Amino acid sequence: MKKYEIQNQQDTRSGFGAGLTELGRTNPNVVALCADLIGSLKMDQFIKENPERFFQIGIAEANMMGIAAGLTIGGKIPFAGTFANFATGRVYDQIRQSIAYSGKNVKIAASHAGLTLGEDGATHQILEDIGLMKMLPGMVVINPCDFNQTKAATIAAAAYDGPVYLRFGRPKVPNFTPVDQTFEIGKAVILNEGTDVTIFATGHLVWKAILAGEILAQQGISAEIINIHTIKPLDEKAVLASVQKTKCVVTAEEHQMNGGLGDSIAQLLAKQLPTPIEFVAVNDKFGESGTEEQLMTKYGINTPNIVEAVQKVIKRK
Amino acid sequence: MADIQKLEQIVSQVRRDIVRMVHQNNSGHPGGSLGCAEYFVALYNEIMTHQPNNWDMDGQNEDIFFLSNGHISPVFYSVLGRAGYFPVKEMATFRSLDSRLQGHPTPHEGLPGIRVASGSLGQGLSVALGAAQAKKLNKDNKLVFCLMGDGEQQEGQIWEAAMYAAAKKVDNIIATIDYNKAQIDGSTDEVLSLGNLKAKWEAFGWTVLEMNGNKMEEVIATLNKAKTLTGKGTPIMIMMTTQMGNGVDFMMGSHKWHGVAPNNEQLQSALAQNAETLGDY
Repeated sequence: MKKYEIQNQQDTRSGFGAGLTELGRTNPNVVALCADLIGSLKMDQFIKENPERFFQIGIAEANMMGIAAGLTIGGKIPFAGTFANFATGRVYDQIRQSIAYSGKNVKIAASHAGLTLGEDGATHQILEDIGLMKMLPGMVVINPCDFNQTKAATIAAAAYDGPVYLRFGRPKVPNFTPVDQTFEIGKAVILNEGTDVTIFATGHLVWKAILAGEILAQQGISAEIINIHTIKPLDEKAVLASVQKTKCVVTAEEHQMNGGLGDSIAQLLAKQLPTPIEFVAVNDKFGESGTEEQLMTKYGINTPNIVEAVQKVIKRK
Repeated sequence: MADIQKLEQIVSQVRRDIVRMVHQNNSGHPGGSLGCAEYFVALYNEIMTHQPNNWDMDGQNEDIFFLSNGHISPVFYSVLGRAGYFPVKEMATFRSLDSRLQGHPTPHEGLPGIRVASGSLGQGLSVALGAAQAKKLNKDNKLVFCLMGDGEQQEGQIWEAAMYAAAKKVDNIIATIDYNKAQIDGSTDEVLSLGNLKAKWEAFGWTVLEMNGNKMEEVIATLNKAKTLTGKGTPIMIMMTTQMGNGVDFMMGSHKWHGVAPNNEQLQSALAQNAETLGDY
């Protein structure tokens, strides 16, 4: 099992903030919008350096999505930021009509996604956002795993011409991917080569998958671990190549089982390479208040759940 | 000076286009379309600086227009076509398979002149505000126009946009409400009274003008006046009173023609009331 060094513990939202700050310095067309959550989205530095390119919308997310769509008319590249719940479910029709169907170059920057938002509870812990966004024709869906990757994904999103949903989170998590990496939208990253099972993980579950891989290695199970930072478009070639080798699959994500990464992988495999698959995801439940570790354990998306799922799926080969 | 007679001739042709488009597919929204014919003709033939033959999405250094109440697509399509954005014969494809003239307007099929999809109500003003702010960033001193329906005022997003525009001094926008006092289920008073709509927009910090949208001279004069009021720190709203179905006698004075197409006989009657001035498509 390949060893990954933890550079530091950082939140992915700060990776977004760092990426946005860099874009502010390098791309004069990048603008930012926020619905009263500047501090949470780590937009302060961008705003300090580019006050004229920042739009404080107030607590009015529907209006924010429309304004973002309008700003693209005239060549701007807007990043519209708020919590993932308010960035998707609350404004689904605005995104659908004014952004996706209209083909607007808007980047939806969604923080505090999933259970790891923690104590605020289920009202804010959206676990359906990946599903909502990936169903929209033409929408790119990105869920990077750590600070460095989120920064790189933010920069890559600006370079891509079209609507992007960029999902990140609140807690400090291990930062282990390379500094100043190049982020290629739609390109899976193989973190560990293995032969017995493939674990496809996204977002905060990528580090959990690495921890699971270490435990599995001690049990003599060789896990191939792949970071699917882009859920749509899915790197079908990488998925199929790995599964042809390992012949069984576990998916891991901080999202509902319905509609998430697991669905996308399962659909591809059902069509092209039917394979035993287990899903580590929240199973049709709302979250609740708690610490992120407590919640990930209670809702079955922690490291031991990945290990168990691997043991189970290998028996189904 | 505007050539009112010439504009009225365009209106007559636009009315024919509207009823013919809606009739040919037995689907579409003639009532609101007819009510707004003068407004659209004035905008695209007298008020706005724009480039029909050199269309581009960004519209920099052009005045640009957004239709929020997308169901009145027939009048939008007719006026865009007659202004030269696309061949008028394309109106024959309205609401048909593989057409760029979808039931509700969209840039998705690449129709020149359409900058955002609309149909799901309440969204157009927000988009127009974003475009207006992009113009400011680009130091482009041209204007953004936006038309909304009055029934649409029942959508919450409109009031988010209303509050934002005044607070952020978006003063390069001229919005208009088609105040025909009717919606699908009946009069706006019966369905959900809009109350004192003018006072509401004024309370939100907008400069509000009023006009009869079916009198061409008044439409031109009011829109020109609105232009002189831009750049003064407040967004501009025009409450435009119109008659749904204007110009076709049996459609006037009733909300019934909101989304109903005329039959053959009714089409002939509507056409008899409006001269073919520019040649039917």
